[in-house]
Amino acid sequence: MTEWKRQEGDETIFRTCAWSPPGCHPAGCGLQVHVKDGVITKVEGDPEHPITRGSLCPRCLALTEYIYHPDRIIYPMKRDPKYRGQADKWERCSWDEATDLVANAANEITEKYGAETICVFGGTGREANNWYPQWANLVFGTPNSVYAQAGWSCYGPRMTNTAFMMGGGYPEIDYAQKFDDRYDDPRFTPPEVILLWGKEPLRSNPDGLYGHAVIEMMRKFGTKLICVDPRITWLGTRAEEVLEVIPGTDTALAMAFIYVLAHDDLVDHDFIDKWTYGYDQLVERVQEMPPSRAAEICGVPEEQIWRAARLYGNAKPSSVCWGLATDQSTNGAQLGMCLVALMAITGFLDAPGGTTLGMGDDQGNVVRDGGAISADEKVEDETASTLSLALTHGIMSEETWYTKRIGTDKYPCVGQVLWTVQPDEFLKALETEKPYKMHMAAFVSSNPVGTAIAAEPQRWWKALKKLDFNFACDLFMNPTTQSCCDVFLPVATTVEHDGMVVTHYGLNASFYGAQNKCAQVGECKSDVEIMMAVGKKTYPEFWNRFETQEDYDNFHVMRSWLPFEKLRENVVTMSNEPYYKYKEGKLRPDGQMGFPTQTGRVELYSYAYARFGEDPLPYYEPPAYSRETMPEMMKEQYPFVLTTGARRQEFFHSEHKQVPSLRQISPWPEVEINPKDAAPYGIEDGDWVEISSPYGHIRQKAKVTPTIKEGVVHCMHGFWYPEEEGSEPNLYGNWKSNVNVLMPNSVNAKIGFGNTFKSMICGIKKVDELGGPNEPEVYVEASRQAEFEVQQVWRPADTPIVDRVDL
Amino acid sequence: MSKNALYIDFEYCTGCHSCEIACRNELELPIDGFGIKVLEDKPRQNPDGAWHWDYIAYPTELCDMCESRVAAGKLPACVQSCQAKVLEYGTVEECAAKLAAKGSKAAIFLG
Repeated sequence: MTEWKRQEGDETIFRTCAWSPPGCHPAGCGLQVHVKDGVITKVEGDPEHPITRGSLCPRCLALTEYIYHPDRIIYPMKRDPKYRGQADKWERCSWDEATDLVANAANEITEKYGAETICVFGGTGREANNWYPQWANLVFGTPNSVYAQAGWSCYGPRMTNTAFMMGGGYPEIDYAQKFDDRYDDPRFTPPEVILLWGKEPLRSNPDGLYGHAVIEMMRKFGTKLICVDPRITWLGTRAEEVLEVIPGTDTALAMAFIYVLAHDDLVDHDFIDKWTYGYDQLVERVQEMPPSRAAEICGVPEEQIWRAARLYGNAKPSSVCWGLATDQSTNGAQLGMCLVALMAITGFLDAPGGTTLGMGDDQGNVVRDGGAISADEKVEDETASTLSLALTHGIMSEETWYTKRIGTDKYPCVGQVLWTVQPDEFLKALETEKPYKMHMAAFVSSNPVGTAIAAEPQRWWKALKKLDFNFACDLFMNPTTQSCCDVFLPVATTVEHDGMVVTHYGLNASFYGAQNKCAQVGECKSDVEIMMAVGKKTYPEFWNRFETQEDYDNFHVMRSWLPFEKLRENVVTMSNEPYYKYKEGKLRPDGQMGFPTQTGRVELYSYAYARFGEDPLPYYEPPAYSRETMPEMMKEQYPFVLTTGARRQEFFHSEHKQVPSLRQISPWPEVEINPKDAAPYGIEDGDWVEISSPYGHIRQKAKVTPTIKEGVVHCMHGFWYPEEEGSEPNLYGNWKSNVNVLMPNSVNAKIGFGNTFKSMICGIKKVDELGGPNEPEVYVEASRQAEFEVQQVWRPADTPIVDRVDL
Repeated sequence: MSKNALYIDFEYCTGCHSCEIACRNELELPIDGFGIKVLEDKPRQNPDGAWHWDYIAYPTELCDMCESRVAAGKLPACVQSCQAKVLEYGTVEECAAKLAAKGSKAAIFLG
């Protein structure tokens, strides 16, 4: 194995694992970073990395263009709050001054109004995802960490679903990702069929899955795919079946899959008897959704449902890869329940070639690790959490945590597994100043005014601008920093700091990877170093124990058996977690056999959901905006189903738009329209199109393609124009092509999750140019009106939660 | 000595563009320079309803088959970076043998 750092001629070459920034999920791809005279000259793949084996996606291959981009902010900056929105008013300052400004503002606001009036925004798959609850709880003593996406519509709902029904962190397909010898490990069997549900793994490396492993297994072992997607993806053209569902209806399809498996008896009764709870009730429930009914709801041929479900049910082994679409629908919890059932009743849960579960720590301790979401992290060989640290060190009081976290009173289910506020309620709190007024916001790698995370960013923009003090930790100016911030703290990239990357945030770790610092750029600091620098000025008695990133990492991040020095030498340490953990007491904190649920079994009938007033069994409910709920609106003004969020290899959400090699691949935002839908509007490939919803209208370039289902329109997310004027009102053209402008807040499932990102309604028309409105105020009023007219029709706010629980 | 060639199994080229950027880094080309280029045959349905959608990467006249990398015992930049591992490198004869073994949707290119 090659050393982590070596000299070749006048170059030093580092082996390291990538996380972020720039944005990515913790996939930990292997890099070899070439450095000459302290400057990174080239990044290539690391052939010795057991998962990526030299492969690398365009985003890391173009890393030097990102790191040394002329627009990157590499020194701390400050700006008088009266000049918010003016790009030319920033001034360089020292770290000491910048952190003084932040800490003094926080200390003053805490004293005057209470620490809870400070909020910390985080999100994306960036590493800062792990730190923003720590910023909130341990640096500022506030319970209000905010993931601003309406309905917490990414990852959290699937995590909650997993925690409620079976534990095991986060289920992932098996690609021998935990073993040193990978596919050659004798324990491994390849999946015969993978069910890809609302997911395109090639383009996203989602959450830690190395997407191209799917291709490896197709080529090596003949693994077959079933895709559920309203778009035929490239991968879909290589699949056995693509079920082109109408977006937002797929819970009906998943119920029909279970119907077929039960009907044909394609289930593992031994596993069901020993390890699951509620199979009979589940089968009884899905009798209301035979394939014939699901076919009508989903727009998929009935015979295809039978055929695909049988292909899945007969496969030995089979694996399920569930995607973001699960999280983004108001019927998503029920979809998640069905998909967990599909993983389990075949008997291939945590089995070779099936769907793997995670256990955290190799030492027999169950560590529910996971950053933002985490409950427990290892501290000095004891399991202590960010929250318990904040409480025991007197940084935050129990009363503050239990009574001041916004939105968790209305939606306790959201607050159960996740450590944040409920975002839609938080937006209302910002706007109405009830239950109390917020005074300060931190944006830790989060850009809610921008184009990727928040629905109705026009409302977030208006609400955040009025706070007393705002600051950001980031790498480039973006619509949030430019419109709202007073201090900018520059963050180091993944190759500019030490640290650890663990796939799935530790929830289902395939390996532990070292992030090795290869170079220093400007005065940039890592997320952890910045957090320590501010922490020392707010709660010094806690933070003064750390001097270096390594101190902190060894205290709070690393496993006790794997200190950073050792991790760095190994570069990659495989987790080597075994299969069938539930048989060996490796999933439950008490070390007993079974799953960490109330019954010790996979709860197909979920007591946890029942406790939160949700039906313990899956059911179908149409999307808030759909032909079933709003036939009149869809007849005339908004005849299409609007979906968004499909990934691109070259961009991570709103990031990378300023990187030449990547922007070259997709210079403009594209709206995908089926040729049969485009023709009546005279829309041809490459035309500018205006897309409108009751919340606003935006412009994107037409991509007329038969791969999108007829009647459905897909808009690219995350597009803005960093090359344009940054000052307001233009704000980098933030509103021109921003699909989130068209999406509402507060269209949530009754437990508080989900939204309309995958299933909105829209109209389209041909226009001459990008142009169009770029003024948020235009939308704010439309938003309010739409919220009143449309959402109230769907689910009036004062309707009590219907209790379908029968215990 | 036999000439070296690139073999591509384009049944599984996912069109990710990694090869283009890895090559640009290696040859130190400007943003509009390509030593290898990914071409797309856009999606359509065949008369039997099956979907057709292919990408294929082919080397341009700027490609030198990464002579210096190969001399140092490394793979050509495009081959190493390829996420689907569909690019391979070898003599014309080796690549031809792979082509024959694959039987369909594969090609050999000379730089």
